[in-house]
Amino acid sequence: MFEEVGTTTEGDIIVNVGPQHPATHGVLHLVITLNGETIKKVEPHLGYIHRSIEKMCESLSYRQFIYVTSRMDYLSSHINNHACALCVEKGLQVEVPPRAQVIRVLMDELTRIASHELWWGAMAMDLGAFTPFFHAFRERESINDIMEETCGARLTMNYMVPGGVMQDLHPNFQKKVKEFMQLYKRKIHEYDELVTGNVIFQNRMKNVGYLSAEDAVSYGCSGPTARGSGVNCDIRKIYPYEIYDKLEFDEVLETGGDSFARYMVRIREMQQSIRIIEQLIDNIPEGDFQAKTKAVLKLPKGEFYTRVETARGELGVYIVSEGGTTPYRIKFRSPGFSNLSVLDHIARGSKLGDLVAMMGTLDLVIPDIDR
Amino acid sequence: MWSFSHIANNLHEWLSKTFNPTMTLIIEMVLAGVAVIGLFAALGLVLVIMERKVSAWIQIRLGPNRVGPKGMLQSLADTLKLLVKEGLTPNGADKLLFNLAPFVAMIVAMLLMAPIAFAKDFQLWDLNIGVLYVSAVSSIMVISILMAGWASNNKYSLMGAMRSGAQIVSYELSAGLSILAVVVMTGSLQVSDIIHSQANGWWIFKGHIPMVIAFVTFIIAITAETNRAPFDLAEAESELTAGFHTEYSGMKFALFFLAEYVNVFIVCAIGATLFLGGWMPFHIGNWTGFNHVMDYIPSSVWFFGKTFFLIFVIMWFRWTFPRLRIDQLLNLEWKYLLPISMINLLIVTAMAILGWHF
Repeated sequence: MFEEVGTTTEGDIIVNVGPQHPATHGVLHLVITLNGETIKKVEPHLGYIHRSIEKMCESLSYRQFIYVTSRMDYLSSHINNHACALCVEKGLQVEVPPRAQVIRVLMDELTRIASHELWWGAMAMDLGAFTPFFHAFRERESINDIMEETCGARLTMNYMVPGGVMQDLHPNFQKKVKEFMQLYKRKIHEYDELVTGNVIFQNRMKNVGYLSAEDAVSYGCSGPTARGSGVNCDIRKIYPYEIYDKLEFDEVLETGGDSFARYMVRIREMQQSIRIIEQLIDNIPEGDFQAKTKAVLKLPKGEFYTRVETARGELGVYIVSEGGTTPYRIKFRSPGFSNLSVLDHIARGSKLGDLVAMMGTLDLVIPDIDR
Repeated sequence: MWSFSHIANNLHEWLSKTFNPTMTLIIEMVLAGVAVIGLFAALGLVLVIMERKVSAWIQIRLGPNRVGPKGMLQSLADTLKLLVKEGLTPNGADKLLFNLAPFVAMIVAMLLMAPIAFAKDFQLWDLNIGVLYVSAVSSIMVISILMAGWASNNKYSLMGAMRSGAQIVSYELSAGLSILAVVVMTGSLQVSDIIHSQANGWWIFKGHIPMVIAFVTFIIAITAETNRAPFDLAEAESELTAGFHTEYSGMKFALFFLAEYVNVFIVCAIGATLFLGGWMPFHIGNWTGFNHVMDYIPSSVWFFGKTFFLIFVIMWFRWTFPRLRIDQLLNLEWKYLLPISMINLLIVTAMAILGWHF
């Protein structure tokens, strides 16, 4: 064991990055052993934003607990809600009306774009470029406006209910989404001009933080982090839920395994999400937006597991029911936790400046890691 | 015509008539000192608001717009806030060095103002080794940063200071070599001589491509020397929170902050003087009518116009590029910039000997 302040016996200095540090985007605490500028070891310390969400869910009814999960990965709160709603529906064996399914997928993909936009801006800021952050927020803002009109909130939407969505779409929804897509297509080239094509940026990202496909699998990485290493892990393709099996979109794969590959996966994923929205926005079926369910939901005795693809990777929801109105036990398999565990592996031997870039490409959201 | 040199000469005459020579010299020195301090503060305020407005413009924002007309008094309000804030000294810090460091930074920035020609014949000290003086004094800046980093008793500060030391020492070489290119062409280290040699054309136009290369190298090197992005590794806020001035607060922080901006002004002023003709107006060959119109613009406007253009370019860098990594930074200097500027200096010397320039 070593002291958390000072130096190790070999004369390496130990630096505490966080829990309050601009690079960790939250309250992550990294204890880094440094030899000069070179990283010898990274040890993440968790728990600073642990709110016992899993335990809280045990005392909430099946309608209520969904909304607590918005606060896990607050950047893809809609998709978290979706995973929980799917799990409850699986237990209740409720058929979700086609209109609700389409609305859910549309909202999921909008959330995914918004999340990736924020990631893009924040990651550029980790590398010392401020301007991309504001450019990303310009587009993200119009998604938030769409969410606000239909769901009533901008960040923690709480729009999903077991059996469908809470209310029907706002009349402006289709118009606004089309406007957003036009804006996005007009502005997307700026992303490449400002960041992707930049020589300094490419030098900072390429051949940095290499993660092999084997390591990605053995550490349990998922989402864009694993797909950057060439692992097929898009839940929307492997275990399709809702109407994803009827949609045309590509699973984005990069084989580089370095920071740049992970970066490109997310950039290309945004375009795939736009493709999905384009297919659906003019084809929203008429009908109910919610299936008829009982006022008080009771899941039959048993265990239920569903998984969805959030913006960060695979989110699993595991419910153990004793047949009552509240879950007996809930466990979330969050993508951020497994993705963080790989940090020490990929960061060893690289420079301190690159650690920040790697954390950026892992797209860590700390409340998702801690729950 | 109204000009700075006119005012200065009148003042000198009046003082000489009223007081004896020693007294005149003392009063003039005090006046010059007050002017430098005033310029230091004024430049800091102007450049801070300029930086915020430029960044806002690049980042599709409005920037500060509450204090004063269009937010122009924002930096004044910020200064007031920093003045009344408590200047904390961290536990275990080396108190003497910790408190001395910001003043060293400030004094260096003020000393550097001496040989700069702000307008025609308006210069505090036209010493015959002006350019050498600037390169020499600006190297003291790194001492203040190392002092601040060491005395803070903070690992982030120490790492920032060490990075800064490596960076400034390296980039001074190519900055010096590109300055030498102009000195070789001019044959003088005196600032006024260098400016007068550009009466019929600025060096960046007269010196063909080698001069342009020297200019670009100079701009890159001074961006690194003043610790500005993309070379702001010393204060890399996403890695080292605030680098060497992490522990500073209140006015001590403000002095570092102001010194940084004044340094940017000074290096840009040197760049404008060496490559863009200082206060010399823009002339094209024998277009007499055009040249007369250009002459009509006051020399101080030319000087500040060129300097602020260069400052804008450096701010533009900052808000566009991501930061380099420390090894890439040193590679850029030792593997590319230094060999290029050395070969460039040889070519410039050959040009000067053979008289190939205009």
